[in-house]
Amino acid sequence: MDYLQYLRLDKMPHIWCDGCGHGIILKSILRTIDKLGWDKNDIAMVSGIGCSGRTPGYVDFNTLHTTHGRALAFATGLKIAKPKLHVIVVSGDGDAAAIGGNHFIHAARRNIDITMIIYNNYIYGMTGGQVSPTTPSGKKASTAPYGNPDMAFDISRLAQAAGAAYVARSTVYHVGRTDKYIEQALKKTGFSVVEILTPCPTSYGRQNKEGTAVDMMMYQKSNSVSIERAKKMSEEELEGKIITGVFVDKEQECYLSRYNEIVKRAQSIK
Amino acid sequence: MEKPNPNIKMWQGNVACAEGALAAGCRFFAGYPITPSSEIAEVLSRRLPMFGGKFIQMEDEIGAMGATIGASLGGVKAMTATSGPGFSLKQENLGFAAMAEVPCVIINVQRGGPSTGLPTHAAQGELMQARWGTHGDHPIIVLSPCSVRETYDMTVKAFNLSEKYRTPVILLSDEIVGHLTEKVEVPPIEELGLINRKKPTVSPDKYLPYEMDETDIPAMANFGEGYRYHVTGLAHDETGFPTNDPLKIEAQLERLNRKIDRYRDDIVEIETLYTDDAEILVISFGSTARSARRAVANARKNGTKAGLLRQKTVWPMPYREIEAIGANVKRIIVAEMNLGQLAHEVEWAVRRSKPVVRVNKINGEPITPKEIYNSIVIKE
Amino acid sequence: MVMKKFPKITINEQWCKSCEICVEFCPKKVFDMGRFYPVVARPEDCIDCKLCEKLCPDFAITVTSPKET
Ligand SMILES: Cc1ncc(C[n+]2csc(CCOP(=O)(O)OP(=O)(O)O)c2C)c(N)n1
Ligand code: SF4
Ligand SMILES: [Mg+2]
Repeated sequence: MDYLQYLRLDKMPHIWCDGCGHGIILKSILRTIDKLGWDKNDIAMVSGIGCSGRTPGYVDFNTLHTTHGRALAFATGLKIAKPKLHVIVVSGDGDAAAIGGNHFIHAARRNIDITMIIYNNYIYGMTGGQVSPTTPSGKKASTAPYGNPDMAFDISRLAQAAGAAYVARSTVYHVGRTDKYIEQALKKTGFSVVEILTPCPTSYGRQNKEGTAVDMMMYQKSNSVSIERAKKMSEEELEGKIITGVFVDKEQECYLSRYNEIVKRAQSIK
Repeated sequence: MEKPNPNIKMWQGNVACAEGALAAGCRFFAGYPITPSSEIAEVLSRRLPMFGGKFIQMEDEIGAMGATIGASLGGVKAMTATSGPGFSLKQENLGFAAMAEVPCVIINVQRGGPSTGLPTHAAQGELMQARWGTHGDHPIIVLSPCSVRETYDMTVKAFNLSEKYRTPVILLSDEIVGHLTEKVEVPPIEELGLINRKKPTVSPDKYLPYEMDETDIPAMANFGEGYRYHVTGLAHDETGFPTNDPLKIEAQLERLNRKIDRYRDDIVEIETLYTDDAEILVISFGSTARSARRAVANARKNGTKAGLLRQKTVWPMPYREIEAIGANVKRIIVAEMNLGQLAHEVEWAVRRSKPVVRVNKINGEPITPKEIYNSIVIKE
Repeated sequence: MVMKKFPKITINEQWCKSCEICVEFCPKKVFDMGRFYPVVARPEDCIDCKLCEKLCPDFAITVTSPKET
């Protein structure tokens, strides 16, 4: 497939570091859009701030680079104002689960028809490797020099608990599955989330001596277990493992469909 | 018996605000409940869907401000409403709207501060926050109504200015005006002079979302209408993409700020009363101006040459008008429910050439006509 | 004699950041790492799975299938 037709070529090469997985995720998104045959005019990509947040700048859609953590709020207004737009939000782990955590759970609760792709690299990449809500306990960050004292969020389970219609997790290494999940998410009517684990060799790998991007992807390859297999494993066995798969895939009425009913009801009162 | 005129309503200020928004063409509202602004959200949650519009109660004011901007980018006139603490939360994305030049209207029904302050009592403590609350040099338009009818008109005007100048516009109401009930004769919609944003006339490949043309106000394409462009809060050039080029950054930021400065005569509105021969000038805005008007009228009745300058537009600050009218008076009195935020600007406007007396109150009680009257007639 | 057709692999050296993901994860080890950029050392071994293309974060690899050429 021709990726270049979706890129703003004058903005390339992108700013991401060598081995950063963000570009792999972007490719999965573009491949899926290409497969679905969507018109570029009908796609809006919205982001917050972070390395991940730079994604929309490179793609030839309607693109909106908002404030840190607030992409979903902007996207909610945009989707409601222009329902024909396919609204895709891309977000980092900090953007989605720390500063934007409130918007995240409420977008899921509302089941607004938006697809959110979360680039989870366990770290604040853009600002130089500070601890994030998904940094595993004990791991190092520039603001956790003795090891992270906090517990980490499981973003997919959080989305599931908050009521999202579709939730899946993959890694950049498992690119085939990532494509499949993104496709399912984009086709879903309602709030869909795909969390993709991605190496940040610069800000996370180096501090935690996890090697190059290749080493970090090797880790993804050998330490991922499917949800089904994970169910049969003990807590000790699951230590350090990445659970991948589809967490939720359900049909439930989306926000706009419910609101359109309200419009009908209100207009019948007059 | 005469039939009642259906255009005459007994409205609360907040209701007039909501109705004014509908008349202006607002079809999206995002908010978060807070006293004393909640009626605006309540009315719009009922009324917007009747017009095919959409209302959403967001998870907080940050989200409400974001959704408002998102909806505007989608081509719908959008508004949010709040009060003190919520206004603080909106500042981040308010700055985004200013920087990215996204039209939208923000209502702040002021209550006592700081912090949670006095939820059910009026204040005017956000005069400066409305101007400078978000970081960085940015343009803003702030209007302040003193009656229910004016709340209606000014909400319409806020939309018109925001669409015309591609900028967020703040309506700085307060608890008194917001909760006041008065008779309103609703004007016919044709008289409102509704304005819609300038759309691009060039083809998408030629479109520059932040073009430096002779008007300083770039045409705005709505998302999803064939113009695929980029909107960011980062410093950007004419194309809308981030840039680090100091010359381009400077050119854009200068245009951004100039955009409002150069049209200030179209934006600034003041009301004057007996200013021609006034020796004592009272300056006020919002609900306090009601007391000021009464005090000035009483002083005149009793032979004191008092005059009133009421700011309908708070920002841009009518420095020029204050300076001109203030030039001929002996003393200026500034009445406001804060500790002198406007007085400070007035002192600056008249270059401290004469005494500027402050009548301030921050205890939740309104400033009475008597209090202003006393400082008018006091003998130095 | 029938020439065996194999995919054409091109590397855009303007965009490549030398992360070596292609070198490592190509199931047929088609690439070697050169001094600065990967080199397509064994093109005849390529099975056209396009994994290198998909995993290249920098949009720097294009694999063109034989029928496409
Ligand atoms: C309100 C606000 N607070 C802090 C920042 C600074 N900041 C920029 S990016 C970022 C973290 C980004 O981390 P993440 O969302 O995980 O994205 P990544 O860079 O890892 O892709 C922070 C804290 C900001 N831009 N705005
Ligand atoms: S700092 Fe990390 S997340 Fe950011 S571009 Fe570099 S590798 Fe990617
Ligand atoms: Mg991150």
